[in-house]
Amino acid sequence: MNIDLPGFADPVAQAQSTFRAVLDALARPGTLHQAGAALTPPATLAPSTAAVLLTLVDHDTPLHIAPDCAEATAWLVFHCSTAPAESAATAAFAVARALPDLATLNTGTDEAPESSTTLVLQVAALGTGPAFTLSGPGLKSPTIFRAEGLPPDFAARWAANHALFPRGVDLILCAGTTLAALPRSISVREA
Amino acid sequence: MNGYNFAYLDEQTKRMIRRALLKAVAIPGHQVPFGSREMPLPYGWGTGGIQVTASVLGAADTLKVIDQGADDTTNAVSIRRFFARTAGVATTTDTNEATIIQTRHRIPEKALREDQIIVYQVPQPEPLSKLEPSRAETRRMHALAEYGSMHVRLYEDITRFGHVAISYDYPVMVNHRYLMAPSPIPAFDNPKMHMMPALQLFGAGREKRIYAIPPYTDVRSLDFDDHPFRTTRAPQCCALCGADDSYLDEVVTDDQGGRMFVCSDTDHCETRQAEGHTGTGEPIAREAAE
Repeated sequence: MNIDLPGFADPVAQAQSTFRAVLDALARPGTLHQAGAALTPPATLAPSTAAVLLTLVDHDTPLHIAPDCAEATAWLVFHCSTAPAESAATAAFAVARALPDLATLNTGTDEAPESSTTLVLQVAALGTGPAFTLSGPGLKSPTIFRAEGLPPDFAARWAANHALFPRGVDLILCAGTTLAALPRSISVREA
Repeated sequence: MNGYNFAYLDEQTKRMIRRALLKAVAIPGHQVPFGSREMPLPYGWGTGGIQVTASVLGAADTLKVIDQGADDTTNAVSIRRFFARTAGVATTTDTNEATIIQTRHRIPEKALREDQIIVYQVPQPEPLSKLEPSRAETRRMHALAEYGSMHVRLYEDITRFGHVAISYDYPVMVNHRYLMAPSPIPAFDNPKMHMMPALQLFGAGREKRIYAIPPYTDVRSLDFDDHPFRTTRAPQCCALCGADDSYLDEVVTDDQGGRMFVCSDTDHCETRQAEGHTGTGEPIAREAAE
């Protein structure tokens, strides 16, 4: 367990810059942003994954840690002061390295769609790999987005999530020190 | 900044507001509840906008604050000074230079860019509040996209006045899904929200709601096919810069009914004057104004 690895060296400024990266990524889906360059997180987590979680997760937000990220549990619990969620369905945030079944996460309610889970998914690479066409709010025109490490049937699985709108899961994709985001409002087609 | 965290709010509060902002961006036009904090100024003076700005602001940002379009009114000056003192950020009155613009009741005349964020101060985030007093009920109406009563309200205006008589806080549909209060901006500014390149964030401190419009999002003012939405402005030209296309404030100049019409956006007006545009510079008498 790597609980002795540090979190943010300058929590106020680094949380702010990471938040702006995530905010911009969600506002302009598919665009690539930098975060976490100065971090040394546990080996299972990419710097951007760790930065996003340090920025957004705390004791108010149960975090679901997928088995493939379990090695980082102690580090996340300590630095985010959070408690692991009992199940994915009750989690405010979930972190995983392989896309889980989105329907097992909290998709919110019609009256409170904001209560849904935000999934932080660590992938192999962003900006390269299979191409998807994104369209929806935040995009002036349909845009090409590339990510490596998403399942082959990602577009179909995302379509089921997008169809729930305004309910649904929001996705933050992280690789290395790069991140991108797909809010539920975005439709994804294979390009 | 001694004694305060950067931008006044503590980190726990910022995280909570940031999470609300991210959900608000993901669900354009939907009001997300948040734990609004007590701020060192009263509700109604922009506590919602200030909390949103404080959570977004970074050391590299340049902040502009406007109140009814003006950079030099009490509210705008106080908020600008508040962030200069608690965050040490650069402030400006130039719309071009700003990366974050906090506004009360106007959208700048100058088109905003992709690298800018506009933060609105919102007194009443619920567009249905005057039609349905129950919060529980309006939440359900939003869940069902049940907005017939707002159309009836517009229709009643048409039967009574011949046109929709809402001059500010004119309701809009965001992304074809949520009915949204654009805050008390004049209806004149509503078309600027449609497909705006900048990110738009809304904070209502007393009502404890945050909502957002991502860039390039469809924002339509409610209307009818036979009564399309139209904007209105005073028919005069600005007395200082001569602009005939900007939103004008009416300024009473004496007790004889004299008045001047001047741009409400002071930066826009000063920029035009610097470019050599001039108006009459004279107040107009009562008869001419009417």
